[in-house]
Amino acid sequence: MASVGRAVHPVASVGLVLENLWTWYRRNWRATVVSSLLTPLMFLGAMGFGLGSQIRPGPVTANLPYVVYLAPAVLVMLSTQVAASESSFPVLGSFKWDQRYFAITATPVSVDQLVTAQFLWVALRVVLSGLAYLAVASLFGAFTDVRVLLAVPVSVLAGLAFGTWVMALAATVSDEGNAFGNVFRFVLVPMSLFAGTFYPITQLPVWSRPLAWVTPLWHGNELARAAEFGHMDALTAAGHLAYLLLLTAGGLLLARRRFHVRLKV
Amino acid sequence: MRDALSGVPASVAGVSDDAVLVQADGLVKRFGDFEAVRGIDVKVRRGEAFGFLGPNGAGKSSTMRMIACTSPRTAGELRVLGLDPDRHGPRIRARLGMVPQQDNLDNELTARQNLQVYGRYFGLSRPQVRARATELLEFAQLTDRADDQVEPLSGGMKRRLTIARSLVNEPELLLLDEPTTGLDPQARHLLWDRLFRLKQSGVTLIVTTHYMDEAEQLCDRLVVMDGGRIVAEGSPAALIAEHSSREVLELRFPLDEQQANVPLVRDLADRVEVLPDRLLLYTADGESVLGAANRRGVRPISSLVRRATLEDVFLRLTGRTLVD
Repeated sequence: MASVGRAVHPVASVGLVLENLWTWYRRNWRATVVSSLLTPLMFLGAMGFGLGSQIRPGPVTANLPYVVYLAPAVLVMLSTQVAASESSFPVLGSFKWDQRYFAITATPVSVDQLVTAQFLWVALRVVLSGLAYLAVASLFGAFTDVRVLLAVPVSVLAGLAFGTWVMALAATVSDEGNAFGNVFRFVLVPMSLFAGTFYPITQLPVWSRPLAWVTPLWHGNELARAAEFGHMDALTAAGHLAYLLLLTAGGLLLARRRFHVRLKV
Repeated sequence: MRDALSGVPASVAGVSDDAVLVQADGLVKRFGDFEAVRGIDVKVRRGEAFGFLGPNGAGKSSTMRMIACTSPRTAGELRVLGLDPDRHGPRIRARLGMVPQQDNLDNELTARQNLQVYGRYFGLSRPQVRARATELLEFAQLTDRADDQVEPLSGGMKRRLTIARSLVNEPELLLLDEPTTGLDPQARHLLWDRLFRLKQSGVTLIVTTHYMDEAEQLCDRLVVMDGGRIVAEGSPAALIAEHSSREVLELRFPLDEQQANVPLVRDLADRVEVLPDRLLLYTADGESVLGAANRRGVRPISSLVRRATLEDVFLRLTGRTLVD
């Protein structure tokens, strides 16, 4: 008698890995609420409402109350943080600690299907936390237009443009993940402070602006604000999108290569 | 327990008994400059329990990963279930069970969820994996911990769960990489019992181990590996008969006196092996050699006459002990 196992369709395989991650999430989602909802709301409260109460609407804030100006950018910041953290220790741990990836690739599931699923999972987590933030922040009146929903896909893309590179790093490092601390300290935090989240980068010295231009966060901020308040010509928008797509694709390809190297030993 | 195994191929009707499940010719695995597997030939037939015996670093795990179709071969020919792993990896893996050296369970899921989630990867429906999980939890004696998280389970329980998980697709070929390393004696015996049942029910087993007692317990046939090469092949009994005497006399001396005693006993046995902590005298009759040694004034701290084991075979073939 033959085995009852069979190789399922590649698309279904990706779905099964997501099902596995979802099974985990259903048991553990509560732990993720703090980081993915409380943190952005604290930023919005302290900076948007608190500090923002002292800031008069003007050309710099697109003539909007500061909290309204800030809210879409906090969405992008949140997406970037969630994408980065979901791509860091959970991925490293699946190689190194519980070695789940090795268990999965011993089944008919291939390495490419695994990488695809892990990528989609990060995207899904970013979408979920973004929607939760949107819902709660709306209750506080931080959003004025339903067009802010357009900012969600944009912020997901900005998050993935950064997260995929973190995933490639997670698939490469073999220590306890010390590199992530440095990425968070020296890339994520400065990026959040200087890439147009709290004020336009026109307020920065001219020489330092190119540093903001290379960050996915700045492109995400520009697009997310344009999505809600709307004034950006199509070509500029296409340019921002193209840059984010390119970064995402590059990070994903590198991550894919690192997964192959690490799993096919 | 029969029910738990009902899906395992109990009969191999329609397939000839000598069907070859694994065939390797000149199989090589290289990592950069390091050659882990240096051209080995292996043939495993359906229903066999086949072993790779060797010390750490002999190339056993690399060989297993190539057979499991998770690691591409560097050179040589390999057929698993009659298919080429390079071209049919997913199709082959669908019919294999793999127990890796280190448990890789989903520690934050329950035991039952681990089995169900894993079964889904092999294309089983939700009702199928639910039923299968219940059977396998029974088989692994984990029914009362079924809905507990895996993390706090004991090492033996995790190992049994990993083995149960590898059976979720009713594999035709089960690969076990050092199944009992790191377990206490009681847990090992429980595992051996489970593996025996599988063997009885007709599952083909491939086991790597550096425990000679495990190899003798489980394997019909085995190869001894050392430094990436196969140095001997046969059944445990045949290997012992070919490469060792029937009995072994072990003599222990105070450390500074051992060397002086070697010349006194050298001609009493077929062969004398000098280990750092003891002398091994290979002979057909250990007791009479011990008597003869005593008459020559040899006074060991302790002496032991035992049957020859695969450890002795390994020592003979490689000049080293299995577990340093």
